[in-house]
Amino acid sequence: MITDPIKARDVLMRSIRTFFYERHYTEVETPIRLETPCLELHIDAEESGNHFLRTSPELFHKQLLAAGHERIFEIGKCFRHGERGPLHHPEYTMLEWYQANADYMDLLEETKALVSMVWKGASNHWKIWMVSDAFQEFAGWDPAGHYDEDRFDLDLVDKVEPAIKAVGGPVVLKDYPVEAAALSRKKADNPLVAERWELYIDGVEIANAYSELTDPVEQRARFEECALQRRALGKAVYPIDEHFIQALESMPPAGGIALGIDRFLMLMMGKTSLDHVLPFREKSGI
Amino acid sequence: MYSASDLKKGLKIEIDGDPCMITNFEFSKPGKGQALYRCKIKNLVTGNTFDKTYRSVEKVNKCALMSRDYTFSYIDGDIYVFSDNETFEEALLSAELLGDLKHFIVDDMEVEILFHNERALDITLPNFVEMVVAETEPGARGDTATNVMKPAKLENGYEINVPIFINEGDMIRIDTRDGSYADRVSKG
Repeated sequence: MITDPIKARDVLMRSIRTFFYERHYTEVETPIRLETPCLELHIDAEESGNHFLRTSPELFHKQLLAAGHERIFEIGKCFRHGERGPLHHPEYTMLEWYQANADYMDLLEETKALVSMVWKGASNHWKIWMVSDAFQEFAGWDPAGHYDEDRFDLDLVDKVEPAIKAVGGPVVLKDYPVEAAALSRKKADNPLVAERWELYIDGVEIANAYSELTDPVEQRARFEECALQRRALGKAVYPIDEHFIQALESMPPAGGIALGIDRFLMLMMGKTSLDHVLPFREKSGI
Repeated sequence: MYSASDLKKGLKIEIDGDPCMITNFEFSKPGKGQALYRCKIKNLVTGNTFDKTYRSVEKVNKCALMSRDYTFSYIDGDIYVFSDNETFEEALLSAELLGDLKHFIVDDMEVEILFHNERALDITLPNFVEMVVAETEPGARGDTATNVMKPAKLENGYEINVPIFINEGDMIRIDTRDGSYADRVSKG
């Protein structure tokens, strides 16, 4: 067991890359300074001159998928304004990967394979919980079809996540209410929910996966709705990335996922704060 | 008003008119959800602790706490009366609020009283107070090096453990922060 987080990170990075090379993925680089960061209700981009720092490489990866690259991954820094705590740092390392002609459940299998290859001590007992079931059991209501954003977020943090933590090991929450779909597609046989899952390991949220939304009309409508909500909250409203919307027209069905490397390393090393594994860090807001 | 993002451990805030302190704080941001600030909060009047989670759009009242210097004047039943060192205005504190500290309040003692609005919340005594031992078993002569303790009673009835060499009538120094014997000031 390596106890130096610098060396442990190096070993982790090498094994992650090996995993993807063996599966014939192409490692890609995409822009970090953007004119149009992805519009999400609660994710704020850091300004960088007249640009913004990326909050995620998502929009570029989908353009690469549309251009015919079927298996791509990227490991790089992303930035989120105002996020600081034991599990948050405004600058952090994200692993993002996409697979054409796959969906979120294909990516779940691939994620299990990745975790068991790069983290020898990880539990193999993955529990899969439907969001609706977990909320009914631990919060007493079903958010699918009765979505209330504040109630959902508060109950998730105060009731569902503590239950996930108590169970320990890897727990996947799947099929989120469609209002919390972000950039995932609706489930064909249940339009109340979206094909999105989140992975928690030992109660810490580690990865977020979608069957990607590839409908440019619905995507534009979601961005416009999000822009209205952001404006109402007094948040900056970023312009819609037209290249991205255009690319969706030729994008194949795909599964995509983002995994937080710093948190993953923290868990592997048995630590409880990112401060224990980040080589350099901002003053803590803890 | 504080924004939720100003909250941190140790911050004093006002909830439903009561002064409270954040004793534990956790920044949380689930999935694609909003930033949430999970707090453990202690009500400084009742001493009760409870959990409260704030959303980033919520505002929290600041808590105006102020402390002033007073001198103890007299006891009226269960009420301890102090007078402001500058204005001579009186402050009345109940024996219940003072708790064990009431045993260590002596004539003309200078204290600091913490107020929330006009309500007294807490009192700080000098760290040490000198008091006379009223009752104890006779001491072992010359045995000043031992750590062995024995029970004793002060003039006001407060029971305290003192070293075995202390006699009735001795003046001792007491640490008001934990109510323990500190040392002997003079023999009785």
